[in-house]
Amino acid sequence: MTVESRAHPWMAISAPGVVEQMLQEIGAKTVDELFEQVPKDHYRKLPPDLPPTLLSEAELRRDLLGKLRKNRTCEEYLNFLGAGCWQHHVPSVVEEIVGRTEFMTNVWGSPQSDVGRNQAWFEFSSQLGALLNMDVVQLPVYSWGCAAGHAIRMAARLTGRKKVLVPKFIDPERLSVIRTYCEPAEMKSHIEVVLVEADPDSLCLDMEDLKSKISSDVAAVYFENPSYVGMIEAAGAEIAQLARNNGAETIVGVDPVSLGVITAPGDYGADIAVGPTQPLGVHMNGGGGVGGFLASRDEEHYVRQFNGFLVSITETMTPGEYGFGLACAHQNSYGMREDGNDWTGNSVYLWAVANAVYMSLLGPQGFVELGQLIISRAQFAASRLQSIDGVSVSSPTGFFKEFVVNFDGTGKSVAEINTGLMRSGIFGGKDLSAEIPELGQSALYCVTEIHNAADIETLVAAMAEVVQ
Amino acid sequence: MRKDSEIRQFHAAKWHEPIVMELGRPGARGQVFADPEQTILDAVGDASALIPAAMRRKDRAELPEMTEFEVQRHYLHLSQMTLGMMGISLFGTCTMKYNSRMAEIATNRPELAETHPYQPAETLQGTMEIIHDFDLILRSLSGMDQFVFQPGGGADAAYTMTAVARAYWQAKGQLGKRDEVITSIQAHPCNAATAAAAGFKVVTLPLEENGYPSVEALKAAVSDRTALLMINNPDDMGIYNPDIKEWVRIVKQAGGLCFYDHANFNGVMGKLSARELGFDACMFMLHKTFGGPKGGGGPAVGAFGCSEELAPFLPTPVIVNNDGQYVLDEDRPQSSGKIREFWGNVPIVVKAYAWARCMGADGINLASDISVLANNYMDHKLSSIRGVAKSHPDFGKWRMEMTRWGLGPMQEETGIGTVEAANRMADFGIDPWWMSHEPWVVAEPFTPEAGELWSKEDLDQWIAGLQQISDEAYSNPELVKTAPHNQPIAQIKGDWLEDPEAWAMTWRAYQRKHPASGSDASGRSSATAAAGGD
Amino acid sequence: MAIGLIVNPIAGMGGSVGLKGTDGKEMQARALVLGAKPHCLDRTRQAMETLAAAFPRAEIIAAAGRMGADAVAGLGLHTETIPLNSSPNASETRRIAAIMSKRGVSLLVFAGGDGTARDVVSATGLKTPVLGIPAGVKMHSGVFAVNPRAAGRLVADLLSDSGRRIGFRKVEIMDIDEDGLREGEISARLYGYARAPYAKLLLQAAKGRSPVYDDAALQGACNEIASEMNPNVLYLIGPGTTAKRVLTALGLEGTLLGVDAVRNGRIEATDVTEQQALQLAASGQVGIVVGVTGQQGFVFGRGNQQIGPEIIQRAGTDHITVVAGAGKLAILPEPVLRIDTGDPDLDDSLRGYRRVRVGRGQSMMMRME
Repeated sequence: MTVESRAHPWMAISAPGVVEQMLQEIGAKTVDELFEQVPKDHYRKLPPDLPPTLLSEAELRRDLLGKLRKNRTCEEYLNFLGAGCWQHHVPSVVEEIVGRTEFMTNVWGSPQSDVGRNQAWFEFSSQLGALLNMDVVQLPVYSWGCAAGHAIRMAARLTGRKKVLVPKFIDPERLSVIRTYCEPAEMKSHIEVVLVEADPDSLCLDMEDLKSKISSDVAAVYFENPSYVGMIEAAGAEIAQLARNNGAETIVGVDPVSLGVITAPGDYGADIAVGPTQPLGVHMNGGGGVGGFLASRDEEHYVRQFNGFLVSITETMTPGEYGFGLACAHQNSYGMREDGNDWTGNSVYLWAVANAVYMSLLGPQGFVELGQLIISRAQFAASRLQSIDGVSVSSPTGFFKEFVVNFDGTGKSVAEINTGLMRSGIFGGKDLSAEIPELGQSALYCVTEIHNAADIETLVAAMAEVVQ
Repeated sequence: MRKDSEIRQFHAAKWHEPIVMELGRPGARGQVFADPEQTILDAVGDASALIPAAMRRKDRAELPEMTEFEVQRHYLHLSQMTLGMMGISLFGTCTMKYNSRMAEIATNRPELAETHPYQPAETLQGTMEIIHDFDLILRSLSGMDQFVFQPGGGADAAYTMTAVARAYWQAKGQLGKRDEVITSIQAHPCNAATAAAAGFKVVTLPLEENGYPSVEALKAAVSDRTALLMINNPDDMGIYNPDIKEWVRIVKQAGGLCFYDHANFNGVMGKLSARELGFDACMFMLHKTFGGPKGGGGPAVGAFGCSEELAPFLPTPVIVNNDGQYVLDEDRPQSSGKIREFWGNVPIVVKAYAWARCMGADGINLASDISVLANNYMDHKLSSIRGVAKSHPDFGKWRMEMTRWGLGPMQEETGIGTVEAANRMADFGIDPWWMSHEPWVVAEPFTPEAGELWSKEDLDQWIAGLQQISDEAYSNPELVKTAPHNQPIAQIKGDWLEDPEAWAMTWRAYQRKHPASGSDASGRSSATAAAGGD
Repeated sequence: MAIGLIVNPIAGMGGSVGLKGTDGKEMQARALVLGAKPHCLDRTRQAMETLAAAFPRAEIIAAAGRMGADAVAGLGLHTETIPLNSSPNASETRRIAAIMSKRGVSLLVFAGGDGTARDVVSATGLKTPVLGIPAGVKMHSGVFAVNPRAAGRLVADLLSDSGRRIGFRKVEIMDIDEDGLREGEISARLYGYARAPYAKLLLQAAKGRSPVYDDAALQGACNEIASEMNPNVLYLIGPGTTAKRVLTALGLEGTLLGVDAVRNGRIEATDVTEQQALQLAASGQVGIVVGVTGQQGFVFGRGNQQIGPEIIQRAGTDHITVVAGAGKLAILPEPVLRIDTGDPDLDDSLRGYRRVRVGRGQSMMMRME
């Protein structure tokens, strides 16, 4: 090994002379000698061919920003894309807290040395539990789809059944993840995914189809509130009752930012609730901001089925002092090999801190205001778009922040329309025409608190021009 | 000026911080939202009428009501009560590195933070270029033909491997038959756990006399039912399995796939190529080896790479360079299906790219040299501390980038084991160590990993900490047993954690199960006052 | 460098007939009535044959007749005999062990079980190293070699290489109250320590205190084993807590310490002897489900001698299911499982790598020796 004359800013031992000093102390002549365990014929034939080193921070910054600037952002463009990743306001205090190096760089300390982070985690679970009206909230998993996948597997273990009912109008990304978790049909533990039709008018779950498909071999009914296509599932309690009557678990996917105004899933019969955490104070990050929560009622047979970290408040040796520890630590794959309830690993725990700060900042009234503002603006956007000739909203009321806009009457495809909107600096809604053909040339539009009335009018004006 | 052999004094911040649910006052606000504009109100009317009656929330969520400053102060206090690598952390298997602040700031810019994955590809060329460039870097380091970044961590990448293997065997018409995954007891438990969750049977090979599983055991396990071998090398004890090429040959001869879990890449990076060793696929942890922050457990990325033969089965989308235009390739009919929504934790990929560019090929090679040197330096010094025992004491060769140690003798002689000592380490501002995955095959294990970040002085401080604990264990074990003493809180009591009547994963549950201790402000403040002296 | 040899000729008689030991005259008589055959002398002879082949110059000081000398007769080993004062019994064992210890034998080899070990060590203490040829029913003490041949090899290695490969270590002398064992209760007691030889390993697997919870996984494995049982096969299950989980999974009660015979989901007999098992099996297929016993990791030959060589051969290797916790396997002092069926050729045929079921769909590939 040759030590470069210039030390690397991220490697203290690269300073001149240190390697030699340490070799001398341990009684080795060369660094190569230390690799005696690796047989010579295991070494790679050629050194890796990497791009030039950018040792200077200034140069590296220039490279990074030069590339990132090729992106267009949702701050420059007016964005109406949602569908699993949504543009919401991220409070500045959230950004400050998740940027704290202590939270950013920590790994697994002891319950004492990392008590601050553990408390923040407990506060994530506590506040989300207050929104959901559920007593057990696990630390988040990778995404909503992963949370739904774990929840379905939980239900299959709890009931010993191998079938799950899922709405037909579900995010195809999420459904693909769920299918991965449910395993291919060739596997012994395969869980069959049966799709429940949607009512063509309300776009909500078709209750008759649900009734015809539910039976005593169904492990769980999974539905979403609001659904992928934005609809508030008014029959939530009825669906849960139907599931219960058949001995199946009720799993509800919910958007937590809706819970200031929409009934908590714990109040209409959800056994397990899942959903996205990204709306709670995490930037979209090109889709890299997603996370998924998993919650249940506080009954031992549910708790024993969780796959990941459950942070419980506990006592310390000092009377009256709070501490936090992992409850049921041995049921995840770190504690017990092979028969943990599914597996766990690094997840998105830093985002749980962001979520906690976000929920503290909003408080109960913040969530009410946020929910009212979003639903009002979304409804307004829908009704204004409908005023354009040839443009219709597939289910004009009863949605939260997303809704389906249909362009069949314009004779234009969603792709053409979105291309046209781009010219006005607008990212149009997600094109549904390929994934839900029965909805025709439709797009899923997302309107949140970041869109004011003027933004909506800008969209309407651009749209009117494009569909001409 | 302190000497290196003396341990630095430290005391953590101790704010006696209430649970956030106890803070604030009715009506206080931290964030307010605008009222809907009059035009909107005129058009749509009362917001609550827009919600079907059955779904209108009637209760107010029981959240804290605080000012913006109070929220900021509360969480800053919590950050200060988190040691998190502010001193020295040699947390084994996690490869603690410097997390570039510049990369952090770059990824917080709207050019990345405020982008949506469904934006037209032409508006995301910068992100795709970085991902693709980094893909090329990993290809070069591993010899693989294609990487994806969808998996949200190392375990998720292992899970991706099992999903890709399912799709591969499905395409070959052998999925029901190829139903076994072989791994070893020293592999990360996620390998076995994810294989089981994917529906495979798992055959685990134990360590034998040489310190790693034998070729004979592998031969006995391999058959026409073998779907996949999942293995890491070197292991957490610092032992490199020199038969690994033979292993791969045996498994492939039986038609099985071979996956190299590169969790322990730091000691061999730049020196080994997974593909040249014969592996079909491998995994890198960007939040460990490639300098991404750990965030207390993610967001993380397990970059999954594979050969051309397996590439059709990867989860989509795959980012492809079409003559300088980057596009998302979703049209892969044999794909295993998605492991997770979207493309992965993009900011971590960008940070890993920044790390690789700043290190360069020479820096990466130097870093593996340093990490192996630093570990052997640690070994050299630790071996002279009383009560400390090295795994495989008669092995006689230099170890790789980490070594498993144990406090078995100390535990027998003084009652101080690895948990007690780890708690005490925090009193010196040193993060409690990683012990070992289970099952513990070394008594009272601890696993320091020096890596390339830390200075010789840092390593000496860490060693001095353990030396002091050893001295204390043999002279005043009670001091160690009751540790920590300089931390935000005292030792936690574990009895609630396994008790369904007592555990409380939310404040709601706590108030229900522990009405006497919950929100008893007077009791709490007196206890706080009593503890105020330390 | 003389080697002492003491044989407890009535040790181990209870095993094949389902008794849990032969401490006391009454039990010995009962064992004989039940058809037990004394095999201790045979097993001692296996060890001595191995020794004689590997190190013919070995010098033996043996108790007379059935208490030792008979086992080395005709092997060509230089043998000195210590005469007996009475018929073989515990006090005679103690008396002769004391003489040998005083004579300064470099190793005292005895054949028997835990009771014999206690007698020998009460006379030698830590002064004289001892090695047990396993021939009892209960063998929880750390002085026993894996099987008679291993004992012979160990002695030969000790004599031939003057300690380079053989070391000595302090081991526990344990015994279990036989009455309690027969009643279905296990309570092992530490009776003292002995010094025993062992073969050094290049890398000794460190023994860990593992907080692993094998429980849930084991139950999964046992449920799976129960669900895979074939009709009309006579399954011999047990003894021990792990194997009992298979009975539980079948909804059966059975015994904790006996071997129970199950066919078509019903118990056909509890606590069977080898002969009973053979009779029950008649011409049908036999399956065996066993746990791993003792800290040394025995599959056959410790506490389950009812499952003798004949019935094991009847079952065949494909119909032997071994089940154990992954944590228990991972912390074995050596990474191997032991077999000592009493038939050296059968032991040979069982050697090699076998899957041990550790969870549902989970197995560990263990070396059998």
